[in-house]
Amino acid sequence: MRRQGWKGQPLSNLLAKFGIGIALVVEIILFSILSPYFFSSDNILNVTLQASITAIIAVGMTFVILTSGIDLSVGALVAFTGVVVTSLLKLPLSFPVLFPLAALAGILIGMMSGAFAGMFVTRFNITPFIVTLALMTIWRGAAYLYTDGRPVWGLPDQFSFLGSGRLAGVPVPTILMVLIYAAAYVALNKTTFGRYVYAVGGNKEAARLAGINTNRILLSVYMLCGGLASLSGLLLASRMNSGQPNSGLMYELDVIAAVVVGGTSLFGGRGSIIGTFMGAMLIGILRNGLNLLNVNSYIQQVVVGVVILLSVLMDRRRTS
Amino acid sequence: MPSLLHMQQIRKEYPGVLALDDVNFGLQPGEIHCLLGENGAGKSTLMKVLSGALRKDFGTIRINGEEADIQSPADAQRYGIGMIYQDIKLVPELSVAENILLGNEPKKKNSPFIDFKKMHEIAREVIGQLGEEIDTRSIVSDLSIAHRQLVEIAKALSKKLKVLALDEPSAALTGRELKNLFKVLRKLRSDGVGIIYISHRLEEIFEIGDRVTILRDGKFVQTAPIAEVDRRGLVRWMVGRELENEYPKISLTRGEEILGVENLSAGMLKEINLSVCRGEIFGIAGLVGAGRSELARVIFGADEKDEGKIFHEGNEIHPRSPREAIDLGIGLLTEDRNLYGLIMQMNVRENITLSNLRAVASGGLIQRSKEEGIANKFRDDLRIKTPGIEQEVDHLSGGNRQKVVLARWLFTKSKLLIFDEPTAGIDVGVKFEIYNLMNNLAKEGIGVIVISSDLPELLGICDRIAVMCEGRITGILPRQEATQEAVMTLATSRMEGAAAV
Repeated sequence: MRRQGWKGQPLSNLLAKFGIGIALVVEIILFSILSPYFFSSDNILNVTLQASITAIIAVGMTFVILTSGIDLSVGALVAFTGVVVTSLLKLPLSFPVLFPLAALAGILIGMMSGAFAGMFVTRFNITPFIVTLALMTIWRGAAYLYTDGRPVWGLPDQFSFLGSGRLAGVPVPTILMVLIYAAAYVALNKTTFGRYVYAVGGNKEAARLAGINTNRILLSVYMLCGGLASLSGLLLASRMNSGQPNSGLMYELDVIAAVVVGGTSLFGGRGSIIGTFMGAMLIGILRNGLNLLNVNSYIQQVVVGVVILLSVLMDRRRTS
Repeated sequence: MPSLLHMQQIRKEYPGVLALDDVNFGLQPGEIHCLLGENGAGKSTLMKVLSGALRKDFGTIRINGEEADIQSPADAQRYGIGMIYQDIKLVPELSVAENILLGNEPKKKNSPFIDFKKMHEIAREVIGQLGEEIDTRSIVSDLSIAHRQLVEIAKALSKKLKVLALDEPSAALTGRELKNLFKVLRKLRSDGVGIIYISHRLEEIFEIGDRVTILRDGKFVQTAPIAEVDRRGLVRWMVGRELENEYPKISLTRGEEILGVENLSAGMLKEINLSVCRGEIFGIAGLVGAGRSELARVIFGADEKDEGKIFHEGNEIHPRSPREAIDLGIGLLTEDRNLYGLIMQMNVRENITLSNLRAVASGGLIQRSKEEGIANKFRDDLRIKTPGIEQEVDHLSGGNRQKVVLARWLFTKSKLLIFDEPTAGIDVGVKFEIYNLMNNLAKEGIGVIVISSDLPELLGICDRIAVMCEGRITGILPRQEATQEAVMTLATSRMEGAAAV
């Protein structure tokens, strides 16, 4: 006999299903009570700005993890893209000409890195963990090599708009993040591509035998993830108004945490982009709230770790 | 004399479902007692209660007349109850001896170190009790499924076994391996072990069983000595109604060729020649490992061919991937639908449309209402039993899962459909429906190829049967000439010293 839970889902199921949403609401209420400044529009926008960099990468990571893969190279890509783009921006050309070229080059770096990872995963059948671990150290090393270990300074003023500017009072990275999430939601839920991503993650061989070009799907998700990591690298460089070879350190872990907290299974085939958004926000708000309460940063790390554990525990209850 | 095992008024309830409703089951020492019922009848649940994997809500279990308190698999083991599940639970990287004595390793005197010499001695002795010879040093992953099963039995035997329950042990075995398993079971029976044997294949029950108990919808139906029942009666008890004919067969006129294979070689496949026509159901028989699924995969483009030609509707084709084969109108219902057919995390709707998603999408965007319409249509046409098309296929029974896979291929408008073990693990009622569906497909002019290890099934539904042995086709028999003996002779004809089975 199989479990029969489809009719009249019990409360516990609903709790598990919307657990992350409930956790998010509880968190917001809690911090609103504890800190009067927390629930101001200034601070809310601030949270989205702070979370936007990892949240954007988490979109790509969601696609990758849905195929039961992983991409550890995103943090190093942030740094490498940052230093390359900023160094290009120092070329003697006018900014309106230079910027699109530099930005394009930056995003191409990420997509090429993703294509490389995807090729190793599909053609040579090497586990994504190993491939992207190698890419992580390669790009990090490349970032230091490229700048001789020094940051790139002295950038055109206009460049900072991307990371620090506002449109109608809303930070530009926040706007970008919302647009990317909206696009990713449509891609994952409404297109054949999204359906195939779930299928490949659910059962790769069955997907292939159902006529899906699994290699193309895998290649696509790694390219998407790399491209979004580089876009985030661009945003971060703009916010810091410099190219820092040590930027993006450990971002891969923050990003994976957001995806996992959002309920996406590391085994692939299950998860959602909305979950990832809430996961990224949950962690972002947690950091912001603890900062407002002057909790020391070492304790913050411990709290974030505990939250990750709790959310994964909740996820286990749902799937078992 | 008290029974070896007596399960009384066993009740097990899941939310919304009464899986076992006051079920009684008794077992004598030195008896092979078959447990029969459709999927969902409660056989596995009953066995899980016995082996401590599930806790009963009500009822008593007596062993040799004394009430046994079984709360966990460890408890069951202590009472001498051994359970062999369909999926073999051995550690593949360890040796035979290490597996048999896992958790009971003999130690060297006063030391924490394993006494490997003694371990192999004990293991050899236990395997010897089965009347078998398996090298205790072999790594389990190198063994055949049949040998792994024997290792499992040996493992249970090493723990003072009184009751041995086997859940569909024959599913993955060839005819010869099954004979061997039966030999082992008879030996255990003569040693006084009580054996519970679960299978869907009625002929096995008549061959090996002493008594049979039938369950239906979680309820006890009947216990009877095998000698006093016939096939028809068993089916009636299982299904709860009379089935006119287990194998419906309609005869059609053969049309033009839909699939031709000439001198095909690929991997283990050698010089395959065959021709399948519209309006016929073409069977492929053979032992497990004869190359039947391999042939299907090559035609379907899942594996590459080395040499030879494949013709589809008279044109030579070179499918290099399943996608290309599907676009040509070829469909494959894979063996093991759970592993190679369905995406378990997806629901009925998503699984049905997966191979032809483009047909319900425009510009890459899936038209949800169109997709739902298709899924609902197939659910109704094939009578897929599901609360709705949004139900995850993980929750469906084997038969209904197979219908979902079939719906997928019907939706791709396949002109040639290859069914690989289509009724494995499916109960009698749904089998009948699947045969009827195949008949209808053949009537509509679709080429139907059926690969099956269930020989009576092939004899019952096919117009012609190709028999494979060790990668070659050893004969193609028309329906009139196809008998069990004829097929089995061809299926073993290339084997050295093959005894007629």
